[in-house]
Amino acid sequence: MAFKKIFTEHIDKKNCHTLAFYKKQGGYKQAAKALKKWKPDDLIEEVKASNLRGRGGAGFPTGVKWGFVPKQTDKPKYLVVNADESEPGTFKDRVIMEKCPHLLLEGIVICCKAVGIETAYIYIRGEFVFATQRLQQAVDEAYKAGILGDDSLGSGLKIDVTVHRGAGAYICGEETGMLTSLEGDRGQPKLKPPFPAVEGVFGCPTVVNNVETLANLPYILEIGAKEYTKIGPENSPGPKLFCVSGHVENPGTFELPMGVSLRTLIDKHAGGVWKGRKLKAVIPGGSSAHVLTADECDVAMDIESLAAAGTMLGSAGVIVMDDTTCMVDALLNVMRFYHHESCGQCTPCREGTGWLEKIVHRIAHGEGRRDDLDLIVDVCDRMVGKTICALADAAAFPAESIVKKFKDDFVAAIENGGSPAWKKRHSSTVGGAASHA
Amino acid sequence: MENTLSFSPKTKKQYKWLLTRYPTRKAALLPTLRLAEEEFGVLGIPEMRFVADLMEIPPAFVFGVVTFYTHYRRAGTGTYHIQVCSTLSCALRGSEEVVQRITERIGIKPGETSECGHFSLSKVECLGSCDTAPMLQCNDDYHEDLSLEDVDQLIEQLRAEAAQEGN
Ligand SMILES: Cc1cc2nc3c(=O)[nH]c(=O)nc-3n(C[C@H](O)[C@H](O)[C@H](O)COP(=O)(O)O)c2cc1C
Ligand code: SF4
Ligand code: FES
Repeated sequence: MAFKKIFTEHIDKKNCHTLAFYKKQGGYKQAAKALKKWKPDDLIEEVKASNLRGRGGAGFPTGVKWGFVPKQTDKPKYLVVNADESEPGTFKDRVIMEKCPHLLLEGIVICCKAVGIETAYIYIRGEFVFATQRLQQAVDEAYKAGILGDDSLGSGLKIDVTVHRGAGAYICGEETGMLTSLEGDRGQPKLKPPFPAVEGVFGCPTVVNNVETLANLPYILEIGAKEYTKIGPENSPGPKLFCVSGHVENPGTFELPMGVSLRTLIDKHAGGVWKGRKLKAVIPGGSSAHVLTADECDVAMDIESLAAAGTMLGSAGVIVMDDTTCMVDALLNVMRFYHHESCGQCTPCREGTGWLEKIVHRIAHGEGRRDDLDLIVDVCDRMVGKTICALADAAAFPAESIVKKFKDDFVAAIENGGSPAWKKRHSSTVGGAASHA
Repeated sequence: MENTLSFSPKTKKQYKWLLTRYPTRKAALLPTLRLAEEEFGVLGIPEMRFVADLMEIPPAFVFGVVTFYTHYRRAGTGTYHIQVCSTLSCALRGSEEVVQRITERIGIKPGETSECGHFSLSKVECLGSCDTAPMLQCNDDYHEDLSLEDVDQLIEQLRAEAAQEGN
């Protein structure tokens, strides 16, 4: 079967975000079928059989996660859609919310039927003002058309959806941080277990799924789990949105089958490294992933292949760096991010991210010491796996891999009085037009 | 201290609606703060106190929540809050030059507000628009694929708007 784009096929068309347009493409047919024909357990089994894996970063099998939600409970169950999209290098959920919000809503309806949920929240990052408007319009349309509300598509089932705007904090993308934030608190993560599926928001069983994950559901029902597993590798299949940014000619979101080669993605789809330069480094899955060198880019973009290559698919945010990039400066930028975003609850994370930024900062600014590289690796060892959430790991992975794979850049900065960019800035006169070209 | 702030009837209605969307009142705090931000322009101490009283939540708790997040408009913010994304993908494509240009044109550094009160400048983290780097958010709007000329133009345009508002 030819590859069909399910997210981006129509995004250039006028009014592609509207209900009328979506319905013309056959929209909400699968939701109607799910509501009226499918039994909840069969739906969960079908999603399990499709091998759909979470698109938020961890790649957890979606059907399995739904299966963890207790069937017999007198508590309400919730769905919280992760639309926080704040992993550096990631801008795919925004495309879905701005261009085909009804695809997400249809996915939500299917999930609600499968798990027996009446109330869903879409937790969207506060900065996405336009996407929030588009989503809210879509939700309003869906209520008016009887798709949402007390009698969803005439099924007698109640499905309510509320768009909930965050307020700026990377950590609210972490699922337990997001749930605490949704409860009206500071978005600090909580220790698991209990997992959200058992005890999530408001102390009730909660499914947390990423926007793109849910937006796959209508297509899975349309073509069937079996066909779906043929799109890309069987164990992590599906159409996938890949985000490419940084030093390429044509940055953007590209919808391709899971398992496309990273090299092809960069060279063909994103137009290759910009300005005719050479490739130096790629972070394949958002800034939390281990870095790859130019020689390591002949790898398939799917969960297992990237894991085998020592990194991860993560959020599929591919950040490309050309051969003029100083990896000390690049790492400093990434470390500043994690230090800024650490919520501060766990000592290894709060102190570790602070130290990492400080050490890389001093290397970049000509005050590095010879044993700083070992120190970075040592700090990383003290962070990974020792904290409440995975933000500490997310900071340590790029740090240890960049220092290891681009050691020369660090040694040069230590021996030569700082990173090239810093030295240039330092020696140029006031108002000197620093250029990145 | 007597609080003289109040919601307009329209905002009151929105607030009432919000309360129906969540099983607890506290869960409506973040969206209610957005209502207050819209109604009063900024979230300063009086505005936070107002929300605390309205929702019967301790003021210290509300303050703790507001300051945990970076995207609420805090008191003292200029009419135009220019937030330049400085995270990796934007840095690789010249975000630092964008910040410098704004500093040159307006005379404020990141973290500062211009004396006229029109402009605040901040460096912020990834805004989920890395394919259009370098980019910035000015109040609600994204400005993407910025050249330095685009930056100049934007500032001119904001100055003109500010002058008109001032009349
Ligand atoms: C520090 C941190 C940040 C995260 N940020 C996001 C995010 O912005 N969006 C997202 O969907 N998942 C994010 N996640 C992953 C979520 O915790 C969670 O695994 C995901 O939303 C589950 O949905 P999925 O199974 O559909 O992928 C983050 C995880 C961590 C540890
Ligand atoms: S690991 Fe870091 S971000 Fe996560 S809970 Fe601990 S301190 Fe907070
Ligand atoms: S790095 Fe600037 S928008 Fe993502």
